[in-house]
Amino acid sequence: MAAGLFRGPAAPFAKQSNEANAMKHRTFFWFILPTLSAMVLFIALPIVSVFIQSLFVQHEQVLVVSESCGPFGCSETTAIDAGATAKLREEQPLGRFNGFGTYTNRSHLAFAELSDAWRMTESWGAFWDTLMDLPFYKALIFTLTYTFVVTPLVLVLGLAIAVGINKLPTLIKGPSIFVSLLPFLVTPLVGSLILAWMVDGDGIIGATLQIIFDEPSLSLKASATLTWIMLMVYGVWHTLPFSFITFYAGLQTVPKDTLEAAQIDGASKWQSMRHVIVPHLMPLVSFVTLMLLMDNFRVFEPIISFSAQGHAQSLSFYIFNDLRESGNPLYASAGATSMLTILGVMILLGPVLVRTWRDFNSKGH
Amino acid sequence: MATKAQSRVTPFRVFTYSMVALWLIIAAFPFFWTLWGSFKVQGDFFSKADWTNAIYGVYTTRETGAPFTGNGYFGAWVTEAFWKNFFNTGIVVFFTVTISLTFGTLGGYALASSGFRYAFWILMAALVFRAMPHITLVSGYLLPFFEWNIWGIKATTIIVLVAINQPFTLWMLHSFFLNIPKDMDESAMVDGCTRFQAFRHVIIPVMWPGVITTGLFSFLLAYNDFAVTSMLLSGENETIIPAIASFLGTTQVEGNIMFAVAAVVSATAPLFVLILFFQRQIVSGLTAGAVKG
Repeated sequence: MAAGLFRGPAAPFAKQSNEANAMKHRTFFWFILPTLSAMVLFIALPIVSVFIQSLFVQHEQVLVVSESCGPFGCSETTAIDAGATAKLREEQPLGRFNGFGTYTNRSHLAFAELSDAWRMTESWGAFWDTLMDLPFYKALIFTLTYTFVVTPLVLVLGLAIAVGINKLPTLIKGPSIFVSLLPFLVTPLVGSLILAWMVDGDGIIGATLQIIFDEPSLSLKASATLTWIMLMVYGVWHTLPFSFITFYAGLQTVPKDTLEAAQIDGASKWQSMRHVIVPHLMPLVSFVTLMLLMDNFRVFEPIISFSAQGHAQSLSFYIFNDLRESGNPLYASAGATSMLTILGVMILLGPVLVRTWRDFNSKGH
Repeated sequence: MATKAQSRVTPFRVFTYSMVALWLIIAAFPFFWTLWGSFKVQGDFFSKADWTNAIYGVYTTRETGAPFTGNGYFGAWVTEAFWKNFFNTGIVVFFTVTISLTFGTLGGYALASSGFRYAFWILMAALVFRAMPHITLVSGYLLPFFEWNIWGIKATTIIVLVAINQPFTLWMLHSFFLNIPKDMDESAMVDGCTRFQAFRHVIIPVMWPGVITTGLFSFLLAYNDFAVTSMLLSGENETIIPAIASFLGTTQVEGNIMFAVAAVVSATAPLFVLILFFQRQIVSGLTAGAVKG
């Protein structure tokens, strides 16, 4: 939804830079100040804050050792000094410095566990099982699988439906688009909840599946594979309208002459699709792909709605879970996962950023 | 232009039509089913024995004497005081949209009128910020907000949502302002207006289509948000989406799942109305960036 992205900001800049009328630095500063300070204060600084937070861990409990002597000699007892612990944690809410310890511990990158597993396990399967026991890798693998399964499916199905709706009589087009917008614009938590109730063991889809497979105990939530599939089906349902509507708008601009020429030359429907329509839509494909990658990578709400956390956790859900840890939020752990997630986003976005930067530089700056 | 070749019934055509029909059913049916079911009792909406119970309302008739019941809605809105959450959502969404658009139009106009290199970098930074999962930022807010004692109140959530909204708003309005001819404000400045006066008297009167489209998406972001509102609002300031999530925990235990179903339908209704009235603007906004490319 980043409007104007693939026109690229570079063109108007290059054109304008010689004009005397470009906005002056001072004026620019005052116009941009509100939005820039909002972004710096609540997006850039929080990232710094997350990083700092990830370097500290909560203070350990303060222990007091007291010696009590009785008729049979002295014994030492160790007790938790609750008052002192609370006071210390109150005074230094960040905790004590831990460096990159949180990043490498078992709940995150788990270097020690990984190298152990690498040495000890005999087969790939066993190594994979160990990997899936480590919470961070489990979340990362689900997030990546979700992103890279849902994104291509949505691209292909979206194009197919756009072609289909484009052929409908004008009278039905409007209502069809209205209906199609619903799954995309509905609140993710609400949309996934609606589906979750339907696939529930007592819901219409869940109960029907039990009858079809003649197995009254069948539950989509019981198996990890079925849970993953269910979440991805939701993902396709939710994001398909975005790709379909973008492609539908693109189809309105396909040059009619080229299509007719192709038909006269004897091209089949499939061939004109393959050689005329798809190449025309290519810039849209990269736009839609970028948006889908960004949005699918942050998959979060459906896991709550489907209560799927037993079998599937995403990176976002893992952070949320750490912060929700009742009474004792794990700020360090959430911070470390957040930093690693941000790193993941940067890697995902890398190619686009590099390309835009090259375009910008080649425009003669 | 319906030539013979185009109106012929081909297998390809039948296939595309059935694809579209299938999609429309998949897209609409869950909403219709939940709306219908929200007027039933739990025994019908979650009817293991026979799904047609949900259609005829067998248990609903047995329990309440009529095939339709408003019990779910009464439970959600009155017993669980869902109206308070709706009220909170109204306030949060209204201020988020207004402030976002104010900041965004000023910034977007500046970015579209400045030819300097830093404007490009601001847009690139905004693109990166747009990609941040919101929950990663939330984990950075909590400690400072507790420390400054501003956690839980609506104003904090509003300003956070405004900030999260800015990258998208900036891109959208920047590309919209690029389409307004430069001559308009520049001739006003030649006539002696300052930049701000030119903005005020020349640009503002023509910017409404772009602002309305952008505003729709700001509305959706604020209304649909769960990550920020669920972590930053205290119980009495809770908006509808986190309220529905916490309903799930409490009502499921008490057997009042129909309260949550009614709340879900109530939360979808405003979006339904929004699409009904602004379908054209939403579609043009979705495709604004892509199609011009």
